[in-house]
Amino acid sequence: MNIESYEDAFNRVKEKKEGAFIPFIVAGDPDFQTSLQIVKTFVENGADALEIGFPFSDPVADGPTVQMADIRALESGMNTKKGFEFIKSLREFTDIPIGVLTYYNLIYKMGLDDFYKTAKESGVSAILAADLPPEEANYVVKAAKKHGIQQIFMAAQSTSNERLEKILEICSGFLYVVAVMGITGARNEIENSTVKLIQRIKDQSEIPIAVGFGISKPEHVKEVINAGADGAIVASAILNLITENLQNKEKMLQNIGSFCRELKNATKD
Amino acid sequence: MILDGKFGKYGGAFVPELLIPALEELEKAFLKYKDDEEFNKELKYYLREFAGRPTPLYYAKNLSEKLGCKIYLKREDLLHTGAHKINNTLGQGLLAKYMGKTRLIAETGAGQHGIATAVIGSLLQIPTEVYMGSEDVERQKLNVFRMELSGAKVNPVENGSRTLKDAINDAFRDWASSSDTTHYLIGSTMGPHPYPMMVKHFQRVIGKETKTQILKNEGKLPDVVIACVGGGSNSMGIFSGFIEDKEVELIGAEGGGEGLNGKHGSTISAGTEGILHGSLSFVLQNDDGQISEAHSISAGLDYPGVGPEHAFLSSKGRAKYYPVTNEEAIRGFKLLSEYEGIIPALESSHAIGMAEKYAKENKGKTIIINLSGRGDKDVDILAKLMGVKL
Ligand SMILES: Cc1ncc(COP(=O)(O)O)c(C=O)c1O
Repeated sequence: MNIESYEDAFNRVKEKKEGAFIPFIVAGDPDFQTSLQIVKTFVENGADALEIGFPFSDPVADGPTVQMADIRALESGMNTKKGFEFIKSLREFTDIPIGVLTYYNLIYKMGLDDFYKTAKESGVSAILAADLPPEEANYVVKAAKKHGIQQIFMAAQSTSNERLEKILEICSGFLYVVAVMGITGARNEIENSTVKLIQRIKDQSEIPIAVGFGISKPEHVKEVINAGADGAIVASAILNLITENLQNKEKMLQNIGSFCRELKNATKD
Repeated sequence: MILDGKFGKYGGAFVPELLIPALEELEKAFLKYKDDEEFNKELKYYLREFAGRPTPLYYAKNLSEKLGCKIYLKREDLLHTGAHKINNTLGQGLLAKYMGKTRLIAETGAGQHGIATAVIGSLLQIPTEVYMGSEDVERQKLNVFRMELSGAKVNPVENGSRTLKDAINDAFRDWASSSDTTHYLIGSTMGPHPYPMMVKHFQRVIGKETKTQILKNEGKLPDVVIACVGGGSNSMGIFSGFIEDKEVELIGAEGGGEGLNGKHGSTISAGTEGILHGSLSFVLQNDDGQISEAHSISAGLDYPGVGPEHAFLSSKGRAKYYPVTNEEAIRGFKLLSEYEGIIPALESSHAIGMAEKYAKENKGKTIIINLSGRGDKDVDILAKLMGVKL
């Protein structure tokens, strides 16, 4: 299978005058098989790229929704090795870019070289460690380069231009823009300062921008795409559909499917 | 940031991008005020008049005779709120005031640091909120009430294991969206840079006083300094006075719990390298890097991480760390109560248990024990263990 690069994926949607829709799920939430089916549902309903969380016991960047998903996944037996098996299984039915979102301790514990090597072999396109700022990322960036994995970083409204420059120097694939001041979680409104941040980045760089944290409605997707973002990442709002339908898998997949279609449609103008 | 916050390879600042500006602002302010004359004058005033410094270095005559060593106790238990924690909360609270922050948040396990923060919030009239795992809220109702009496709001944390590490996670989450107005007052020499460096700075006063006092009493340095290690602040405070004096042994007593084959909190003795709460240090974790729960009879040593400078001192062999089991700590608790009329905190009892073991092999040595806190908070635990109904 020929895995699509982020560059190609963002160009593909741009040519259609759309933004990229990037849904998120924690590998193994609520269990291995169901989460596979959920990702299939993502792909069948318009996902342009995927964000797959590897669960961590202490996810400081995340709100209660993602943490609950992490706990469900860990309780179902998910671990780093199975996480990579999960990605391999995804590669049996999709070639769109897959980003792994995790925390640095999982990478450090396995060993940087081993982690990135296995990631590549499993079909991972990019890795983002939520608690790894550029200052600490030297070795990681080297390992990523060595194994042909893109390393994604985050920027927030509070990120100064000076830091932004540093981040842009080492960030590849896309830049993950944090939409709100705070942690992940579904929210009602997208802050105006997010719009300003997107413009600030566009002034400095050509790198594709995907906005995440707090994007929970089709209107939010529309707003950030209109503000110049190349993609929108939706996490907590999707995970809520898992939480709400744990007893009824069919309904869970149905609801996720129709929600994804709405979100994807919102990326088209 | 101006400094990298590394102790050898340990330490650093492994936090989400959102928190970096908050840490940068804090580092800048700390580096500015730590040598500021007015700041230090005010801090010294409060340490003396409010907290009760200096604390005595007490020669424990009866215990010395019993154990066959010269034993001195650094009496941090005599401080206001009953533990060394207030040295740090005064320092950081004042720093928050100088930074113009209008709200304090803190994490707490059993409530010691929460109380020390709550009283500083009251003293400086800064509204204070304390994150506390809901399990701990349930176990430590009295301390929750004490915090509330000082005007603090206690936020029970329902996430994860609902204990100290989850309280820390939630405090960081709060801070990620509130750092404009809020200072996060971390309670030990852990967390991302600049916390380990800053908390050590504010706890240094223990080591400085102790060194002056022992030289005055004995005319020479001690053979060994022993302190208990949770996050590592009381130990780092007293060690800092002697780190340069290579002939002085430094020993950290970790929460040995049921022993290393059972549940424990011996992060350095039995943990592995990892990243938790913003720094690279030793942690208790499984093969995948998922953080384990710690266990110790004393809530203050019940933490699966440890300050990065301790990891560094251990790797250099400058300080040694040993597990002290629940049972050994209880023996230490009773020993000090019976022989000296001083009821120690269960945390500090680990240092006493350690000293007892050390004395057995090293007769005639001069030992300083950091008595980090008093044991009033723990008497009901002891009563329960001894089958006494209160
Ligand atoms: C009396 C006392 N000693 C020791 C500790 C352990 O903390 P640290 O290692 O930071 O001194 C605590 C923590 O709550 C405490 O209350």
